[in-house]
Amino acid sequence: MNYLSLFLNTVLIDNVILVHFFGFCPLLGVTNKKKSASGMGLAVIFVIVGSSAITWSLYRYILRPLHLEYLELVTFILVIASFVQFIEMFLKRFVPALYKSLGIFLPLITTNCAVLYATMQNISKGYGFTATMVNALGISVGFFFVVYVFATLRERLNNKKLYRSFQGNPIALIIAALMALAFSGLAGLV
Amino acid sequence: MKKPNFWQSLLLENPLFIQYLGVCAVLGVTTSLDNALGMSVIVLLVLLCSNVLISLLRKLIPNEVRIPVFIVVIATFVSIAEMLVKAYAPILYDNMGSFISLVVVNCIILGRAEACASKSNIADSAKDALVQGLGYAIAQFSMSIIRSFFGNGGWSLSNPFTGNQIFELTILPESLRLGFFTKAMGGFLTFGILAAIFTGYKNRWDDARKEELRQERIKAALKLKAEREAAKAAKLAEEKAKEEAEAAKNAANTAEAAA
Repeated sequence: MNYLSLFLNTVLIDNVILVHFFGFCPLLGVTNKKKSASGMGLAVIFVIVGSSAITWSLYRYILRPLHLEYLELVTFILVIASFVQFIEMFLKRFVPALYKSLGIFLPLITTNCAVLYATMQNISKGYGFTATMVNALGISVGFFFVVYVFATLRERLNNKKLYRSFQGNPIALIIAALMALAFSGLAGLV
Repeated sequence: MKKPNFWQSLLLENPLFIQYLGVCAVLGVTTSLDNALGMSVIVLLVLLCSNVLISLLRKLIPNEVRIPVFIVVIATFVSIAEMLVKAYAPILYDNMGSFISLVVVNCIILGRAEACASKSNIADSAKDALVQGLGYAIAQFSMSIIRSFFGNGGWSLSNPFTGNQIFELTILPESLRLGFFTKAMGGFLTFGILAAIFTGYKNRWDDARKEELRQERIKAALKLKAEREAAKAAKLAEEKAKEEAEAAKNAANTAEAAA
């Protein structure tokens, strides 16, 4: 039950994009189409859960016993970058269909702050392994959810005539503001 | 064609409002002037150091692993900055939370490393870092001025090293303040409106340049036409002169024959 509330909390209330602003750059970049948004979301779920498991174990069993906690940032970002690279090569070799559908989004994930945020939050909140996995899954599912909803909204806006200065990203930001308002109504749910 | 001067290029190539780089950090820290100042300085310094170092190493880094190498260079500088802030400005460190570490994944720094530092010499990379860093700082200050005004009723700035207040100005009374401006929603809203203003400025600039280009083309075409006409006229005059000369020759011949 505790894990369920943690999951719901990270998906809906403490949403990684709409409350903490992490992972907003790719949101603006790739959400013009529903299909690319879901591709990006899936890739992010994959990477966040995988790299959370790796970084948590690394921190627990290597960095902390050796008193190298100050290397946290460098280690984590290196793990994320190489994990992304590894997944890219793995998918290219063994699951080419999925690789094709994820395409450009995989390398972009290295600079997605949501991933680094998730891995560092697992450590700073002192979660155990199960809680880390639940937290990572919650954060990434929250990301997927917002990206997908955002893309459906933007897809409809693409064909509308707008004041020229607002076309493209500015109107997307205002939509994000309204979505953040809607999500803030969920506070206190769990 | 007219080139933008230094200040105009800060607006026209603004990393935040035009290129949409480094959005996450800006939305998170621009709730107060203190945080915006701290973030601007950190990003500017990290950008400068990483751009210079990557530019120095650009011939040594193999192309296939350049992104991990860039990231490690950036992460090192960010770790140094984080430790310095923690040691000398603990209040700022507490206020900014995890946003300092997340400068590592700030797209501006990696983006400039990829687009500029990995291709140009040290002086150009340093200059590019300064322009981009300043543009980012301007963007952050304009955001935090608006958000702090509506959210907190005014502005305050304190010394990041000691925590002493330098100045405070309160304009809006408590009842008129809009709390959501310091929350996520106000961040998105302010950003959207400012981005629209900057885009509008850029559109006007682009239109003016297009118009200039069109005028130049028209001028060039007119000039070409005038030249052609002149050449035609010259040719005609030449032919006429030739004809006259021939006519004169014929006349002379007939006169000779008559004689």
